Amino acid sequence: MSLALDKPRSPRRPSARRSNGELYSWLFMRLSGLLLVVLVLGHLFIMNILDGGVHKINFGFVAGRWASPFWQFWDLAMLWLAQIHGGNGVRTVINDYARKDSTRFWLKMLLYVSMVLIISLGTFVIFTFDPNISN
Amino acid sequence: MTSAGAPERSGTTRGGGTLYRGDLGMWSWVAHRITGVLTFFFLFTHVLDTALVRVSPNAYDAVIETYKNPVVNLFEVGLVGAVLYHALNGIRVMLVDFWEKGAKYQRAMLWTVLGVWVLVMIPGFYFMMERTISDLLGGH
Repeated sequence: MSLALDKPRSPRRPSARRSNGELYSWLFMRLSGLLLVVLVLGHLFIMNILDGGVHKINFGFVAGRWASPFWQFWDLAMLWLAQIHGGNGVRTVINDYARKDSTRFWLKMLLYVSMVLIISLGTFVIFTFDPNISN
Repeated sequence: MTSAGAPERSGTTRGGGTLYRGDLGMWSWVAHRITGVLTFFFLFTHVLDTALVRVSPNAYDAVIETYKNPVVNLFEVGLVGAVLYHALNGIRVMLVDFWEKGAKYQRAMLWTVLGVWVLVMIPGFYFMMERTISDLLGGH
């Protein structure tokens, strides 16, 4: 009877299947979170309080904001960071609670498709917005 | 029988298993997850509705019009409350991770988070609901 144990400090065993992906994901959550605190709380404060809330919002309001490259960039950065930060968070939640590998796989596929869809659509809209579009 | 790593006093037997009952810190984590997931779902809808500006001004205005009522207004306050908690607690998590005294003061920081949340949400609620309440009371 032989025990299949590698010798301690044998060169090939460790780090074979390791990657630093989860470390970068962890770090990204903190860095993007810091930026999002400013971007999102700023956005909510301006939209809901300073500019008078949803009652003031219509097509003309959006046109006025996106006339400025500053706000276009603000919204673009917020879109990308929030989608990746939120998507990464939901990925963690799926990993924690899905019980079957197939459930986990399909939920994550659904998540990734929705992230690609929302990031692409939002980016497309910000870059191609036309204030003179016809009714 | 105790499971590995879990301190005895924080576990209680139920159905033969061990139920983890972490302290306040566990609930701050639960709330962080719930507010995060809710915000992510809202963001999905929010990008779709804003994308209507690319369809036509009328389509966009028609959808935004459906948001201008007291119920949606209350949801907005709820959304701001969720995002604000997530942001403040997120700063606390970063301090726990990166500040050498973070773990020591995590509980005090949680109370600070909740205190700041209340202090911001009281005027926040007022300014966000001002118009809706005065409309409901018949003023104009």
